[in-house]
Amino acid sequence: MRIAFLHTRIRVEERLLLDELERRGVEIELLHADEAALDITADAPPRPVDALFDRCLSNTKACAIVRAFTSWGVPCVNPPEALENCADKGRTTALLRRAGVPSPRTILAFSPESALDAADDLGYPVVLKPAVGSWGRLVARLRDRDALEAVLEHKATLGGVQHGVIYLQEHVDKPGRDIRAFVVGGRTLCAVARYSEHWITNTARGGRTENVPLTPELDDLCARAARAVDPSDSGDSGGTSSGGGAAALAIDILEHPERGPLVNEVNATMEFRNSIAPTGVDIPAMLVEHVLARAEAGAGAQGAAA
Amino acid sequence: MPETNAPAVATTAAACPECNAEVAFDRAPRRHEIARCRACAAELEVTSTDPLSLELAPEVEEDWGE
Ligand SMILES: Nc1ncnc2c1ncn2[C@@H]1O[C@H](COP(=O)(O)OP(=O)(O)OP(=O)(O)O)[C@@H](O)[C@H]1O
Ligand SMILES: [Zn+2]
Repeated sequence: MRIAFLHTRIRVEERLLLDELERRGVEIELLHADEAALDITADAPPRPVDALFDRCLSNTKACAIVRAFTSWGVPCVNPPEALENCADKGRTTALLRRAGVPSPRTILAFSPESALDAADDLGYPVVLKPAVGSWGRLVARLRDRDALEAVLEHKATLGGVQHGVIYLQEHVDKPGRDIRAFVVGGRTLCAVARYSEHWITNTARGGRTENVPLTPELDDLCARAARAVDPSDSGDSGGTSSGGGAAALAIDILEHPERGPLVNEVNATMEFRNSIAPTGVDIPAMLVEHVLARAEAGAGAQGAAA
Repeated sequence: MPETNAPAVATTAAACPECNAEVAFDRAPRRHEIARCRACAAELEVTSTDPLSLELAPEVEEDWGE
């Protein structure tokens, strides 16, 4: 078994994953995004691999590379559709809504003027996020029109073209924490709550992480959110890691005081270092198992095609 | 494609390019591994494993994340 390991930085997560791959005797093809040059007019990847495991930090590069490997029939975790559906918050939100998954009310606006009108409609405080981005960067909570106006002016002056799409969201008065659940192959593995004094609870600003027991409701919500962004997930996980979807996703949930859990976003290149100890779930082992299962399923499909 | 860079080398310490303090790894690091200098808190990246060399990690880009 030979797995291409697409990466940018080897962080704690990547080390755990590489260790797990090595422990299972898997041959690893380290593929650093910046060192790859892919002849996409060739009929096969530069070296044959059974699957590609994407841990690339650049979403743009990951999408392009995963597309190329998918064109060569190489199973990728995540598959390109899931990667792209999670990359753009507007796209994710629309897909969640279409699948009937509750999420915070969100308005896309395309000019500072229309964004200000939209915020009046949503009510203050309002949350403004870059449509593409992560780790809470440039996520802002604005308490009034003056504050929003100032940030929108900065965005218009300093931001790139992608900042022309303005993602505005109702502020959810959550209980000082947010919930993250890990869904692999359509199955919810475990969930944690991240607590913080700061309203942005998900980034490591001295917050703590605790296990959240998986209730049937939480499990169902997460499975549906995963299915919303992963077209390969038919919803029949059958209790195995390969029967459900092809994707491995982290679902972020905000608890609304009246409306209950709302899915905030879905992450396709999950970080999990602080979630292993509180849950007792060996997340890297589950991820590796899933990638190997996808590789085996892909070998069957390729064999049939050859 | 890049060569496989399995950690075969035993060097596990190098000088911080920012403050020259010794940055030690608990085991042979991999190329592109990230470390933080205990002395000056600089974020460092392993750019080669034989010999071990460290450079300031590149800035996070706008589309980086989960
Ligand atoms: N509408 C909201 N109401 C209240 N809190 C919010 C809202 N949106 C985001 N937050 C808080 O801010 C954090 C960061 O927001 P979000 O996850 O959307 O940004 P991100 O940059 O995509 O982060 P990541 O990709 O690392 O999860 C959330 O985990 C949550 O704690
Ligand atoms: Zn230093």
